[in-house]
Amino acid sequence: MIAHSIFFYTFSLIAIISAIMVTASKNTVHSVFFLILDFISISCLFIMIGAEFLGMIMLIVYVGAVAVLFLFVVMMLNVAQQKNQWFASKNSSKHIPIGLIISTLIFVEIIIVIGGWKYKPEIFDINNSLSQSNVSNTHSLGQILYTDYIHVFQISGMILLVAMIGAIVLTFRQRAGVKRQSYIKQISRERVDGVEVLKVETNKGVRIDD
Amino acid sequence: MTEIGLGHYLTLGAVIFSIGVIGIFLNRKNIIVILMSIELILLAVNINLVSFSIFLGDLAGQVFTLFILTVAAAEAAIGLAIIVVYFRNSGTIRVEEIDKLKG
Repeated sequence: MIAHSIFFYTFSLIAIISAIMVTASKNTVHSVFFLILDFISISCLFIMIGAEFLGMIMLIVYVGAVAVLFLFVVMMLNVAQQKNQWFASKNSSKHIPIGLIISTLIFVEIIIVIGGWKYKPEIFDINNSLSQSNVSNTHSLGQILYTDYIHVFQISGMILLVAMIGAIVLTFRQRAGVKRQSYIKQISRERVDGVEVLKVETNKGVRIDD
Repeated sequence: MTEIGLGHYLTLGAVIFSIGVIGIFLNRKNIIVILMSIELILLAVNINLVSFSIFLGDLAGQVFTLFILTVAAAEAAIGLAIIVVYFRNSGTIRVEEIDKLKG
């Protein structure tokens, strides 16, 4: 149990510090790297707590896809060179107290909810029935994901499809002056369009106009 | 050190959620960092769902975490595509200079 505490405090400290650094870092590339560190430490927490499948999926989806996408866009837009002062501009500093007040309020509200839950534990019926069963986390998750939640699963697939189509349509750009292949034109080409039979007279030759 | 319980995980989720909200409000840099803050908020929600799911012994929370992951990936892809298009048209993604809707 002491190892559990040590791992929890280590990973959550790393997660909180890197979350602060995501918002406070001046360089956007550093922000993305701290975001990756945050995802990795949270997925370590998930694996530690017993949700192995979600921890691995977090690693694959967030670190492998989303964070790399962020990094790709940051590199492509070349915004890392722009000097980004945090408190420098006079226009921006008026947002800081409002932001601090609102986020502190949200934090206090959540803590109040957690505290109420903690001191009235009989509201919920705590049973660690997941850890007693001898099927693995992935196995049991798959058993309910493809039976009880099959419609939600397919809808999430549709969401991914729509997102993919939307991203392609948004960023697709037709450049002028690029020769493209037209299948319709190629397929609908007839013999009379390409070949012409001419009667060639002797000593006259053929004049080709194209 | 007391035993690590549900409250610890929920507190971690609350802290990360608040940091994400602070990041949205305080950010005067490019808009990509705001998208990253939204990812932090979704991560905090995932922490809450997974810890409740583990400690209450109900797998539905983990299933919903999967769907939140899906929606977060789709949202990041669409948001970054919009940012790329905006940068191509106007040449900046600084939050202060994006004020076309101000009128």
